[in-house]
Amino acid sequence: MQIEIRDVSKTFQQKGEQLQVLDKISLEIEKGEFVCLLGPSGCGKSTLLNSIAGFERLDQGYIKIDQELVTAPTSKYVTIFQNYGLLPWRSVLRNVELGLEATKLPKNEREAIAKKYIHLVGLSKFEKSHPHQLSGGMQQRVAIARALAVNPDILFMDEPFGALDAITRIKMQKDILEITKSHKKTTLFVTHDIEEAVYLADRIVIMTPNPGKIKEIIPVKLPTSRDRTSDDFIRVRDRVFEILNMKETTILEYEL
Amino acid sequence: MKTLKHIVVSLLIFIGLWQLIYLIGGFQEALFPAPFSVGKAIVTMFLHKDVYQDIGASMYRFVIGYLLAVASGILLGLLLGWFPRVFNYVNPIIQVLRPISPIAWLPFIVLWFGIGDIPAIVIIFIAAFYPILLTTAASVGNIDPIYLKVAKNFGIRRHRVLFTIVFPAAFPQIMNSIHIALGSAWVFLVAGEMTGAQSGLGFRIIDARNNLRMDHLLATIVIIGIIGLLLDSLIKVIEKKILSNWGKEAKEGGKYNAN
Ligand SMILES: Nc1ncnc2c1ncn2[C@@H]1O[C@H](COP(=O)(O)OP(=O)(O)O)[C@@H](O)[C@H]1O
Ligand SMILES: [Mg+2]
Repeated sequence: MQIEIRDVSKTFQQKGEQLQVLDKISLEIEKGEFVCLLGPSGCGKSTLLNSIAGFERLDQGYIKIDQELVTAPTSKYVTIFQNYGLLPWRSVLRNVELGLEATKLPKNEREAIAKKYIHLVGLSKFEKSHPHQLSGGMQQRVAIARALAVNPDILFMDEPFGALDAITRIKMQKDILEITKSHKKTTLFVTHDIEEAVYLADRIVIMTPNPGKIKEIIPVKLPTSRDRTSDDFIRVRDRVFEILNMKETTILEYEL
Repeated sequence: MKTLKHIVVSLLIFIGLWQLIYLIGGFQEALFPAPFSVGKAIVTMFLHKDVYQDIGASMYRFVIGYLLAVASGILLGLLLGWFPRVFNYVNPIIQVLRPISPIAWLPFIVLWFGIGDIPAIVIIFIAAFYPILLTTAASVGNIDPIYLKVAKNFGIRRHRVLFTIVFPAAFPQIMNSIHIALGSAWVFLVAGEMTGAQSGLGFRIIDARNNLRMDHLLATIVIIGIIGLLLDSLIKVIEKKILSNWGKEAKEGGKYNAN
């Protein structure tokens, strides 16, 4: 077990009222696993992800990564955001170098590492471009290269493909799966797209709102390279769909 | 080249109207010079070396006062924006000082520093300083929090964040205030030189008045206007070039815009 989330609760102040966003969440994630957090918007997915990544303080419970309590973000676990978080004034190359600047690596080594990952995401031709000159999909590739460049153990992604068109999104899903599997990265991926979750995840954590709770965890026992049109795929997808619409009392157990 | 056409036509109309008013009004040349005599005055001035010395003196004071304001306005603005609790204490003082015309300080400045370059430099400095300071401080507070999150995630140290993340993230807005401040600083150059100096374009205006040379006075005014225009175009070019990296465009009046 690499990530341990135990009885985590979190409340926000909103317009003078207490809003419980996370209610006693417990979850364990194994090394190398690809876990999707799935649920309607507002159910606390981002809050949970931000808490695990060290950006939020908890009210109750604890989160440990590699047996250590999470208290602040570190470059061992990198978060990739929906709106990319690229620095618009820097070229692609300099953006990817950002995380390496906190290390003691000499300039030419930083550059070599950055170039390697820019190549990996297929953007070698655009090293000198600035983010605004790239499409959304390409910008997200830069963010992925920047994350990989610091060689993190874990990738946190918060609806990273949410702003992309459907065709680009499908291509990005395929690529991120290949990258995370071949580089053996543990990945926690937030989405509200059921098909995306079924395509990517080893396990899908389904959350429901008010307050944010884990409703069900579904292991997805499909081959790594998944065919969205296969019967098995559609069966899993339908089951997730069912769970999200089902009454509390009827959920018992699923065989997948 | 359409703008060139606009400029030429607008100038011709302006000079035409001026000539017309001069002819219809039947004013005395000494009180209301005709375009032709002002043009002649400009030419004679440029044939004489004094005008170059005056322009040089003015530019020298302007560049020093303005650059000092840019440097200190940005630096202090960054720090105040970065430490909002300090800013809360400093802000009331700034708000009281800011609406005071730089000219109001002139008697003190002359008293302390005497006549020469310094009064004009100080006036220009004051005129440019506040807008840059306040815009910088405000823009630091307005930067997209995602940049700070990214910096934190990648372990960039807090003192480095200010210059590698915060300053460039706020820069488009800061650049905008640098642009606007250039105009106001140029406006106050003349005022600073009218009482505090024995040379420069502002002094030349007083000198022309004392000698009752309204043609020289207007000629100097024209020169001041043209230099101001050139400075503004220059900074516009610089602004555009720098901001193109941000994917932003410099707009008329120094406003910037995401494209
Ligand atoms: N910093 C905050 N302050 C107050 N309320 C917040 C804050 N962040 C999130 N919330 C609230 O918490 C709830 C869950 O938000 P979030 O975790 O972003 O959900 P999701 O990512 O699933 O859409 C929402 O109702 C949101 O308005
Ligand atoms: Mg969210």
